[in-house]
Amino acid sequence: MSTSDILVLAEIQRGTLADITSELLAAARGLVSPSGGEVVAAVLAANGGAFVPALGAADRILLIDHPALANYSPEPYLAALGEVVGARAPRAVLIGATSMGWDLAPLLAARLDAPLALGCKEIAFEDSALRVTSSFCGGKMLAELRIDRTPAVLMVLPGAYRPGETPGKAQVESWKLSASLEPAAIRFDEFQLPEAGDVDITQQDILVAVGRGIQQKENVELAEQLAQVLGGAVCASRPVVDQGWLPPTRQVGKSGMTVKPKLYLALGISGAPEHQEGMKNSELIIAVNTDARAPIFDIAHYGAQVDALELLPALVEAVQARKG
Amino acid sequence: MIATQGRQGLELLEELSRTGDGKSPLGCMQCGLCAASCPLGDVMEFPPRKLILEAMSRGLDRVLASPSLWMCVGCYTCSLRCPRDIELTDRLWPALRDRAMQQGFQPPAELQETFQNVLKYGNVLGKSPRQRLDWAKDLDVRVLDLSKEPRPVEVLWLVGCYPSYYPRNQVVTRAFARILTELGISWGVLGPKEKAIGECDRMFGEEGLFETLVEENRKILAQQQFERIVTLDPHAFRALQNFYPRYGVWYPVEHYTMFLANRLEKLRPLVVRPVEATVTYHDNCCAGRRAGCFEPPRALLQLIPGVKLVEMDRNRENALCCGGGGGGMWLDAHIVAQGGRRLSDLRILQAAQTGADILAVSCPYELSRFEDAAKVAGLEGRLKVRDIIELLAESMDLGERSEP
Amino acid sequence: MNIAVILRQVPDLIEPLEVDASGAALDLSAATFVVNETDDHALEQALLLKESGRGTVTVVALDFGEVDNTLYTAAAKGADRIVKVAWEQTQAPSPHAAAAPLAEALRTLAPDLVLVGVQAHDELDGVLAPLLATRLGLPYVGVIRGVKAAADGRTVVVCKEFPGAVMARLTVRLPAVLGILGADQPPRYVPVSRIRAAMKSTRFEEVSHAAGLGPSGIAVTRMAPPPAGARAEMLTGSEAEVAQRITELLAEKGLLK
Repeated sequence: MSTSDILVLAEIQRGTLADITSELLAAARGLVSPSGGEVVAAVLAANGGAFVPALGAADRILLIDHPALANYSPEPYLAALGEVVGARAPRAVLIGATSMGWDLAPLLAARLDAPLALGCKEIAFEDSALRVTSSFCGGKMLAELRIDRTPAVLMVLPGAYRPGETPGKAQVESWKLSASLEPAAIRFDEFQLPEAGDVDITQQDILVAVGRGIQQKENVELAEQLAQVLGGAVCASRPVVDQGWLPPTRQVGKSGMTVKPKLYLALGISGAPEHQEGMKNSELIIAVNTDARAPIFDIAHYGAQVDALELLPALVEAVQARKG
Repeated sequence: MIATQGRQGLELLEELSRTGDGKSPLGCMQCGLCAASCPLGDVMEFPPRKLILEAMSRGLDRVLASPSLWMCVGCYTCSLRCPRDIELTDRLWPALRDRAMQQGFQPPAELQETFQNVLKYGNVLGKSPRQRLDWAKDLDVRVLDLSKEPRPVEVLWLVGCYPSYYPRNQVVTRAFARILTELGISWGVLGPKEKAIGECDRMFGEEGLFETLVEENRKILAQQQFERIVTLDPHAFRALQNFYPRYGVWYPVEHYTMFLANRLEKLRPLVVRPVEATVTYHDNCCAGRRAGCFEPPRALLQLIPGVKLVEMDRNRENALCCGGGGGGMWLDAHIVAQGGRRLSDLRILQAAQTGADILAVSCPYELSRFEDAAKVAGLEGRLKVRDIIELLAESMDLGERSEP
Repeated sequence: MNIAVILRQVPDLIEPLEVDASGAALDLSAATFVVNETDDHALEQALLLKESGRGTVTVVALDFGEVDNTLYTAAAKGADRIVKVAWEQTQAPSPHAAAAPLAEALRTLAPDLVLVGVQAHDELDGVLAPLLATRLGLPYVGVIRGVKAAADGRTVVVCKEFPGAVMARLTVRLPAVLGILGADQPPRYVPVSRIRAAMKSTRFEEVSHAAGLGPSGIAVTRMAPPPAGARAEMLTGSEAEVAQRITELLAEKGLLK
């Protein structure tokens, strides 16, 4: 490995390779192509061999196997990743802006005293410097960054890159860890899965999504009416779930569900990146928000700058009338 | 015989008797007129009568913890009918709510947000103060922003939060601006400096927030020179007339119906275009029942050629509240959860029963509440909701198209 | 258990953000500042832990923005001590610059648990919570929704949020730093009268520590709001008209079955 290699942290969630991994590999591919160097995927697991077939988009796969890496917890993961990065000195480390990434990227950067960029949407080389476009302030501001120091740790926004083509077979290398991964102050106990029985919004064709703009818990009922008439279900952005107006199983976004329905009707949702992440691949997105600058309009196919609360009953009526 | 646990409740009631100009709650004779009159009395765990009984005999614990504490919409019916003149709405409920919050009981979440909005942005909707004059963009009459160009005016028009920001209400706001101008009155607004008056916050027991607003408004008003304050909001009118003076902030203030009705003869030659409709008027609680302003709105309506005025069975001091006051705009979910109904849903049926084409209102909350209620009741298209200002403007050829 | 909470000021996003004359930094001259949302959740979590009989709460904040309001509110909510750390510069504290003085203040306090919001929306080149943890040599885990103290007062059990409403339960040995996403309940409301009372009775402990050293290694070359670009086709008219249009759209796409 040389300093023009790009290291990607492969993210494994409960036994499956997360989608973000192929997006990161595509980002890495875009960086090494002009400059030379390898796309290296680092797999931290108890038995990472199982994921090799899915990582063909990398040039090299580093399998870092250890029982302490069976389930994510920050200290062993940081120790392992830190060791690899320290030894192999990549030009940049790409980590997804995920629950795991929000721990590891800044911890790694702090440990290495390396530059850290958040919210990365676009990454490129300009001469020997990294050029990054980052989104912050809830998606309302973009910053262009230049990073000269090596290595750089970049937290990439899910959905910023599309998975690329799989070029072929990657070289597989087993990594022998010298760092001790135990003992640790933080111990993984177990996963807590959501209660079964509620609607699975990821299986719905039609979703009526409500955000802060619905203002009151009672207005969720209006949304339920519309969902019923359309034959779909109600889902929500995080603030609505935080308030307890809908259960977490209805939450769409980075820390909720990812949905790809035929229709996503976003009512009173501003569309911050964390929410967009969970629904931007919906086939038809119609957004309603009184704020013309709401980021949701950047990804919606159709929009209306009207009051969602006023629109709801009118829409229920119009749909009912049309269906006859 | 008053049990020892009742001490805390008794102390509160005594305190209320000392500080107020209302009659003491200790004089309550448990007649139950209040509970019987309260539109939500049948679903309250502690309607007023029971509230006082509990406070006197057992203490405040159950009262403060009860969800019914947050169900009063400030309609004043109980206070009006109480044979002992106890200030139930203005004193007892706010004091109990304040006490509950001091002890850490959380008000309904929607309400918390409005308090925070008022504290941070000076309006209940959580909108930027800088956008407070957006309603006046591209308006065909001149709007004098006294915060930028202070000068003496006859009327300082306190526009209000909903009338400033809420699209449906902005139609009414613009119409009023035109009417004032047409009447040749010198008027101005406070623009981005205008803050909520805080009546709802006070009703809801946020005494601290109310006092903060009084202080801020004291300073803002002291910087201006005017003869009177006119407001579209009966709640603001009430607070400026009755509560602000207790803090030494006193200005002549009128609700717009009073102001215009005092200029009836100036209006008459201008109100010429017929509006052929049967109209029924809903008396609001703050200017109506509480302040006795029943005839001015009717006089204004009767000025309009073609208008045929009909009355609902419950009218004037017996009108049924729309449920929006006292924080009620944000309480519907809570009230419904306790087994109650949106009062506007009931009232709209009473309006429909008159056979009227138009339900006329004069309070900013009522527009959206009654339009929603009309949709829920399937009356859309049959019964329109209009502020009196809109009808006047239409008849003066100063209107703009609002929703059908 | 001694719990320290960091409260930050961030620009209020209710107004559109402006970029200054250099074109590479936010113009905060006209911005209003509010408490960072996840820090508010961190405070709530700390208060909940205190109320379950598990400790004292010390709030630590840099003297910037409208911090006094935030601190009085925290005192009114039940924080036991308020430490205000001097900030001499006019620029808003970036995570790197803030980490050194805050870490020093925390070192002096030697808390068992440090709760910080997992992120702030104006963070671009650093995340404060893990930076503090690294400086203090303490373990860190973030994206936490819910913290419970164990009976021995030496560990806490936390829920780390993952996609799909999945939570990972982790046991953390103290002392530690946690990056809070949400508390077990939303931040409590405290009446204004209590805040006003706190203004009269609360004394801040004012301390001063050296500012952060070393650049972040990131140069911002340009800042701008996202371009309008490919945006939605906007439907105009009243709510009733928009409702009609949407219905027609859905019918056209065969979605009204």
